[in-house]
Amino acid sequence: MAIKFFLLVNKQGNTRLAQYYDQGPQDRVSDRVVHEAEIIRKCLSRADSQCSFMEYRNYKIVYRRYAALYFILGVDSEENELAILEFIHAVVETLDRYFESVCELDIMFNLEKAHIILDEMIINGKIVETNKNQILMPLALMEKASTKS
Amino acid sequence: MPPSKLRDLIRQIRATKTAADERAVITKECALIRTAIREEEPEYRCRNVAKLLYIHMLGFPAHFGQLECLKLVASPRFVDKRIGYLGVALLLDEKAEIGLLVTNCLKNDMCSSNQYIVGLALSTFGSIASPEMCRDLASEVEKLLKSSNAFVRKKAALAAVRIVRKVPELVENFVPGTRALLGERNHAVLLTGVTLMNEICAISHDSLVHFRKLVPHLIRILKALQVAGSSAEHDVGGITDPFLQVKVLRLLRMLAKDDSESSEALNDLLAQIATNTDTVKNVGNSILYETVLCIMDIRSETGLRVLAVNILGRFLGNSDKNIRYVALNTLLKIVHADQTAVQRHRNTILECLKDSDVTIRRRAVELLLALVNQANIRALAQELLLFLENCESEFKSFLTTELFLVAERYSPSRRWHIDTVLRIITMAGAFVRDDSVSSLISLITQTPELQGYATLHLYQALQEDIIQQPLVQVAVWCIGEYGDLLVSGEPSTEEPPIQIPESDVLSLIESILRSPHSSVITKEFSINALIKLTTRLSAGNIDRIRNVLRFFSRSLEVELQQRSAEYSNMFIVDHLRAPLLERMPVLVSHIAEHNENEGIVMNEPEQETINPTAIAASYHAAAQAAAAAAPASFNGGGSSLLDLLDSGFGGSATPAATSFGGGAAAAGGFGMGAAPSAGAGHDMLDLLGGGFGASAPGPTAPVSQPAASSLLDIMGDFSSPVAAAPAANPATTIVAYEKNGLRITFDLSQDPASGLLAIHVTSVNQTANAFNNFVFQAAAPKSVKLTMMQPSDAHLVPGGRVVQDMQVDNPTHRPLRFRLKINFTVNQSPVEVLDEVSNFPATFV
Repeated sequence: MAIKFFLLVNKQGNTRLAQYYDQGPQDRVSDRVVHEAEIIRKCLSRADSQCSFMEYRNYKIVYRRYAALYFILGVDSEENELAILEFIHAVVETLDRYFESVCELDIMFNLEKAHIILDEMIINGKIVETNKNQILMPLALMEKASTKS
Repeated sequence: MPPSKLRDLIRQIRATKTAADERAVITKECALIRTAIREEEPEYRCRNVAKLLYIHMLGFPAHFGQLECLKLVASPRFVDKRIGYLGVALLLDEKAEIGLLVTNCLKNDMCSSNQYIVGLALSTFGSIASPEMCRDLASEVEKLLKSSNAFVRKKAALAAVRIVRKVPELVENFVPGTRALLGERNHAVLLTGVTLMNEICAISHDSLVHFRKLVPHLIRILKALQVAGSSAEHDVGGITDPFLQVKVLRLLRMLAKDDSESSEALNDLLAQIATNTDTVKNVGNSILYETVLCIMDIRSETGLRVLAVNILGRFLGNSDKNIRYVALNTLLKIVHADQTAVQRHRNTILECLKDSDVTIRRRAVELLLALVNQANIRALAQELLLFLENCESEFKSFLTTELFLVAERYSPSRRWHIDTVLRIITMAGAFVRDDSVSSLISLITQTPELQGYATLHLYQALQEDIIQQPLVQVAVWCIGEYGDLLVSGEPSTEEPPIQIPESDVLSLIESILRSPHSSVITKEFSINALIKLTTRLSAGNIDRIRNVLRFFSRSLEVELQQRSAEYSNMFIVDHLRAPLLERMPVLVSHIAEHNENEGIVMNEPEQETINPTAIAASYHAAAQAAAAAAPASFNGGGSSLLDLLDSGFGGSATPAATSFGGGAAAAGGFGMGAAPSAGAGHDMLDLLGGGFGASAPGPTAPVSQPAASSLLDIMGDFSSPVAAAPAANPATTIVAYEKNGLRITFDLSQDPASGLLAIHVTSVNQTANAFNNFVFQAAAPKSVKLTMMQPSDAHLVPGGRVVQDMQVDNPTHRPLRFRLKINFTVNQSPVEVLDEVSNFPATFV
């Protein structure tokens, strides 16, 4: 029961954030690009009327679209798909709280912050924290420290 | 000069128009970063690493920044450390050689007094630790698991997950610490603690048994979570911490599996969750879904199991497509354990076949196929056939294969079985697997009472459609085999007999032979059918059939040519034709036959009597056997058949007993030991035996059982080269290209009647490297019509060859000229060769 990767992709299919939690097809950079392109193409080609799950190689892909952004998670077959959908929403709410109605550009220009938020929520493919205050605390402290200095 | 800001780099990259531009910008930036790294500018390290993270995200290599990240990690500033660790997690992998440096940094930071630094180290460790790191730092993580700080504990728990996963023998060290985590009030620590327990249980059965004592405690945790609003911070749509609930349910499922005591303890709670959970939103359904999985996996009460399946049944009707998907998926998992309970929802599942989402339809089809049994096959197959008619073609080949299987397993009657299979092959003939042709044929041969019926239906289907090759092949086979039933209108069923005029049957087969859609194999089936029809139809049709055979004995397809030529010669030994073409024996179904082929060798010399019908032999082989067995009957003109045979065997045949054994197997895949006195039947046996790879030196030697599939495997082993049709020009060979170890030759032969020039292109790789993706293309002047056939292969191994046929129509008779373009890759580098060929002999224009 684990998350294998987390992708954030815009409607044009450009990756905006990619985080992998296990060694796999993304081992080599070139493989990763091919693998991402295929998943993204599959997700983007799906109609709104279709369900949010699809099978891809050994993964189950769970994705959710928010305006122009697709949140795409690869999970193993044991994972509870509905709970993962709920977790995506938790991630979006957290990003939203931090960036104040998050959009693609926020993530693009603040990639490291998005990663830091994600790192507070997932470690090694397992959920650590879903409480937004707890998640954003280290980031807030970090910013306080850097404005002081 | 200070490096540009990350923002500027992003803008620059976004401004690029093409992928090549983007690559150029990034390559330039990477070069700048490398220089900066060399020049050691600590104040820009953070910025450079942030850029590398962006470049890495875009899919470009950025591993050269690993050491920079480590330098940041070593910095005392938290911001530097944070970015540094981010870089370590993304840019480093387990194989990196700087593992030891990382281990030291992590160890230092785990001992820090600042909780955030400790958390950072733990979180990085949890994501990247290698087995060595796990061993080195296990004691630190164990200590931190007991930390007084919740922020540290939750991360330590997941770091421990990494350790037990990578180094299972360390499990014991973490069992006590894990137990303690359950007493926690902090949700995150509970969540990660339960995750760690899950992981430990998966690795060590002893620990699992040990943790069973905690089931009552876990039940209390879950019960507390059931109370809505118990923790405002973790409320999701009215449900308290669904993530924790799902994890606890998963752990309980693991602990109670195969354990009656724990399962019983869970009954009440699971029933309570199953009935009380709010199902309006996705979040409630995620809990319900996990509960159902738990109920089905443990030893729960029957009532509870029925409740669980009913919840899934309710899910099927949910307006949310995700929930319908999950329901079908889960039903598919439990269908084998609870057939009857799932059967009750059959109608709802049938409704899902109409879903607008293809993912859901696919699941529904799989589930329905799993639900098929003797009792419901008629109804379900009816629905599935309706679905087959309208579904996307991506489904069709899967569905036809599965339908064949269930029809075979559960068919209520032979009649129904044949009807269904005929419907499938008429409806989706283009999508059935190749072996369906042979299994359908064997099914029909096994059912004598329905042979006329099946043939009639196939004949009628062919009148509508001669494009779907498997359908045409089965139909043509049946028409050939049972043509007499077709024209006599033999009442094999209750329906009024329909008589088909003989000339219509022949016209149909002729149209198939002419059709551009027909494959060579289909044409071979048709030629076989025609020769069989010479004995099934009235003698008045023989001349018509002979004409067709004569025409095809000049075919450019060697196999068609050979068959037609040999069949034509069967008329010369006319008294043998009827017995040779007698009805086929019952064919064993392909599965059974496959098992037989596994090496059963028969040694039955007493079977040497002439009994062609007892042997499932290809008529093709039979024709040759007849010729070999009765050489004495040939005088003068009759020897052409022998000639053919001679050429097939390299021109060394003598009428006396000659054993071609292994040598012939190389030449043509034949093993033949035919004494002139031996019966035709036995020779056929031998021929076939050889065809299957066993050499059969003499009549008494062990002969491998001829497999029924030889008929269907027409191309099979009989591809020995035969001299070109008598009328054709002798072949001439020219070298079209020979450079750098690639040699391409053209074998030319012209058909004097049509003027068509056939070119057999042979490309030989004389180098020591493989040529991959080999593509040979030729272009001719506009006045010439050039048809290229499929090449035999796209890969040329060293010393290997690829052959390809071209057909050239040159009505203006100007001297021929071709431009060649050859593409292939050697050692992954592409090669393109352009050349011109005009050295055609003057006779070929």
